[in-house]
Parts: sequence; C-alpha cells; structure tokens
Amino acid sequence: MAKYILKRIAYMALVLFVVTSVTFFLLHAIPGDPITAMVQDLPEETRQSYLAAYGFDRPVTEQYLLYLRRLLSGDLGASLRYPGRRVADIVKKYSPVSALVGAAALLIGAGLGIACGICAALRRGRWSDCAVMVLSLLGTTIPTFVIAPLLQYALTVAWPIFPTTGTDGRWMALPVACMCVGPLATYARYLRSSMLDVVNHDYIVTAEAKGVGACRIVTHHMLRNALLPCVTMLCVSVAGIFAGSFIVESVFSLPGLGRYFISAISDRDYFVVLGLNVVLTGVYVCSILLSDILLMLLDPRIRTEVRR
Amino acid sequence: MDYRPEDFVIEGPSVSGQEAFAAKPVTYGRDAWNRFRSNRIALAAAILLLALMLLVVFGPAVSGYPLAESARAAERNLAPSAAHWFGTDSIGRDLFTRVCAGGRVSVAIGLAGAAITIAAGSLYGGLAALLGGAADNAMMRAVDILSSVPNLLLVILISVVIDSKSPATLIFALTATGWCPTARIVRSQMMQISRSDYVLAAQMMDIPPLQIVLRHLIPNTMSVILVDATFRIPGFIFSEAFLSYVGLGVQPPQTSWGALAAAAQGMFRFYPWQLLFPAGMIALTMLAFTLLGDGLRDALDPRLRR
Repeated sequence: MAKYILKRIAYMALVLFVVTSVTFFLLHAIPGDPITAMVQDLPEETRQSYLAAYGFDRPVTEQYLLYLRRLLSGDLGASLRYPGRRVADIVKKYSPVSALVGAAALLIGAGLGIACGICAALRRGRWSDCAVMVLSLLGTTIPTFVIAPLLQYALTVAWPIFPTTGTDGRWMALPVACMCVGPLATYARYLRSSMLDVVNHDYIVTAEAKGVGACRIVTHHMLRNALLPCVTMLCVSVAGIFAGSFIVESVFSLPGLGRYFISAISDRDYFVVLGLNVVLTGVYVCSILLSDILLMLLDPRIRTEVRR
Repeated sequence: MDYRPEDFVIEGPSVSGQEAFAAKPVTYGRDAWNRFRSNRIALAAAILLLALMLLVVFGPAVSGYPLAESARAAERNLAPSAAHWFGTDSIGRDLFTRVCAGGRVSVAIGLAGAAITIAAGSLYGGLAALLGGAADNAMMRAVDILSSVPNLLLVILISVVIDSKSPATLIFALTATGWCPTARIVRSQMMQISRSDYVLAAQMMDIPPLQIVLRHLIPNTMSVILVDATFRIPGFIFSEAFLSYVGLGVQPPQTSWGALAAAAQGMFRFYPWQLLFPAGMIALTMLAFTLLGDGLRDALDPRLRR
C-alpha cells in the first residue's frame, strides 16, 4: 500500500514538473522580451541593464535551470510589473477570500446537489424528480456571467435584501449563491444517474430478497457504490476552490485569486502567471493524490488490485 | 472418422420457412432511430437546435441589416422594437444581426472544436487499444499527464503565447488537451469490445484482425463517440463564451455570444436585453445539445434502455 502511495506521489511530482516546464517554455516562446512588452520606448542601455538584472539576457536553458532551483528552494518568483510583490504574498493575500467563498459554495452546492440527486433517483418519474432535473438542467445551461449580474440586480437593487458591499458576513451570501449553482446542478445530475445505474445491479435484488430494509438498502448498498465516483469529483472541486471564480469575483468586486490571475494575464505579468500556475497546479495535483488515496481506502476493489 | 457434408442435415423446419414468419430484420440503426423518435424531449431538442442553426445562418438576411454594420449614433441602445427585434447595441448596430453573426462564430467554434477533439481522441485512443501492452500503457500515462494540466490555464497561456486571438487560435488552444477525455473513452470502449464474446468468435473463425476492427470495433465505438461529440459541442461553446467574456477570446470586429454578453455587462442595469439575448442564445444552445445528447445516449446504448 505504501508502495502504491509512493508511486502516486512520484507520478504527481512528474506531472507538476511537466506542467511547470511547459508553462515556462510557453511563456518564453512569446516573441520579444518582457521588458519591451511593458515599456515600449526605453533607451537601449536601460533596457539592457533591466534584461541583465532579471537574467533575461541568458540562454533560455540557463534561465530554466535557475528558475527550477529557485522553485525548489521555495521561491515562487515576484511580479515584474509591480516590483516587490512576491507570488507567495499574493497567494497569501488573495486566496483566503476565494477559498472562503469557494468552500462555502462547494459545501452547500455539492451537499444539496447530492441530496437532490438521491431524492430524484429514489422518486424517479414523480414530479420531484422532474423538478430536480429541470432545475439542474437550467443550472448547467445558464452561464455564471448571467446568473451573477441578475442575482446582484435582483437582491441588491430591485429588492434590497443584501448589501452591495460590507463586511458583516452578509457580503458572502450572493457570491456563494452564484457559485453553488454550478456544483449543485452537476452533482444532482451526476448522482441521479449513478444511483439509477446502481439500482439495476443484482446485489440490490439480492439485498431485497434477503429482506434488508429499504433505508438500509439505500444507505448501505446503493449510496456506498453511487457515491464512490463523487470522491474524485469532490477532490478536484476542492482544488478549484483556491483558483476562485473570475466572473463572480469581478461582478461582486471581491479581492480574490481568480480575479488577480486574469488581471495578471492581461497585465502580461508573466512571472506572476507562472508562479500562480505552479501553485494552482500543485494544489490540483495534491487533490488528485488525495482522491487516489481516499478511493483506495474506500473501494475494496482498488485495494485488492493494489495489493496484487 | 471422416465426416461428409451429407452428415450435416438441418432438422426441423427449414431456414427459408422460418424466414417467412420472421418480421423484417431490425438493424441497430433502425432500432436506435425508433428509440430516439419515441423520446419526445430529445426530438424537441433536435428541432430547437435546427431552428437555432437556421436562425444563425439566415437571420441576418431576414433582418435586413448588413453583417458588417457601421455605427449609427442616432440609434444607440434602442429597446427591442419592430425595426430592431433585439434592440441595438451601444454604437447603434442591430443586435439581432449581431447575435446571429456572433452565433455563427460560437457554433463554428463548438463544431470545429468537437470535430478536432473527436478525430484526434478517437485515433489516439483507438491506436492505444489496438497496440495494447507497453505502448498502450505509455500512451495512456501521457494522456494522464496531459489531462492533469489545468485546462483553463493552458487555454489562456496558449492564446497569450500565440498572441493572435483569431477563432483558429482559440480552437487550437481549446483542443490542445481537450482530446484527452475522448481518447480515454474510446480506448476503454474498444478494450471492452475486444474482450467480448463475438470478437472472440470472429477470431476463432480466423477473420483477419483488420476486418474485425472494421466490422466490430469501429461500429460499436461510434455510438460512444457520437454521444461524446454531442456533449463536447456545448462545452466548447461555453468555454469560448467564458474566454471571450474575460477578454481573451474572439476580438472585434468579429464577435461571439460570449463577447456580446461581455460588452453588455457594464450597462446591464440600463439595457438588460443586450445581455439577455446573447446569454439566452447560449443557454438555449446548451440546453438543446444536452437534451439531444441524453436522448442519443438512451437511443444508442441499449444497455441503458429504460
């Protein structure tokens, strides 16, 4: 088992390395140099001294090795456009807001979604099933950039129930509401279909024949199987929390990481993009590792396969 | 002991006599079509989709406004009316025509993206399944690594690096890792089929491998590919809308539903229809494709039959 986990860790390290390298070389494939991209008419000498100061005059492979060495020593890099802003500080400053809103949205969205999916599958064909399916279909088809301004307009201007700004905790309600629509719809749809898959299996018939109670069949025989694929989905969603949502953060003017990331891209602040990319990929890779380990603990089939 | 042909005689009713009783043979395609036709929701989705496509293609001709319209200062931000069905935008262009023009780009990106990912993914997945063994293992590990690259980051990076925001670049960026899930699906489906009894029977009858691939593996994978394609198209339209909304997608003078929605967002409280029409088109297209995909999956996969 330890061997399996070690193997997964090595594999994740490889993924992180590949992603970092690909991002690095992609960014360095951009024609022209970053200094000229920021300031057009700089005197040639100044430009050269800037290039030398940042090490841009060296060959790409040397820059790459230097970058990797810095990364391994825990230095994520710093902003080119705003000297003094370090990527680590940016993450520390902007990710808590994204994480707070994202975690609340995921808890509510995935929780409600799973509950709705189970209810819909158990009451298949009745009106509650129809209602859940129609609503979740709408949830997956309407883009966030429509839901967010609509909700904002409806609940802060038309019926001023929530404040547009403020720090008393109510500011979170609307962003969380917008962000939980997606997970709610996805998980409801997903769980309904995976529950319906499970229903037709022979072991459910066996359980019924044995005289197992209806409640116990649902919790012990159906859910245990239907929820397994959700573990992977949930872990990936958790990684997405830190990345934040650009749209929701910009509509509700939240100082989150999603907004910062997109603005760094339009600012052409490449080192911040690179650094944030490493951090977000790292979180993503860790979440996949977590899901692998969880699945191994939860799914006896994987456990026996690992032992072999 | 020697057998002669005369030793093998069919007992009971003759084959030709049986055929007289049997109904017309139901082929897989006809069976699927019958199932699809009886699914009213899927049929409605297909009709809605057809209507949307017709609107996008012929809309500008009907509305009477040219696609490449110049600004008209007197007609800025008009509400929907008989002259301008969807109103006008912030520089006086007819929004109905703009939505149709944007729809062409959005739908084209969706279709092209799906076509590329399906083609590349099927080839790759099919090849992995056919080669098997170490080659298959290596190929699938590569897919694992590629699909671990956060999708959105890659798309954004590629469009920044290539530094052209033409629809072609966008499609390239969106499909760069987009084919990975398709490759996985196709491979697992092919592996499953190649382990099935009828392939074993074909192998025992000494049918050449190429013929098995053409006769059994590819036709049986087509349904999975088709369903995957139906779900990929709206996915690409959605991604394009997000990128255009962020400002990294389609650039003026070209437009798309996402770009139109982005342009309208700032003045949403005053001219809500400018946002609602393109966004409604995105939602309708998404809805139609999702329902169509559900219907196709039910029709093409007899195992999931209700």
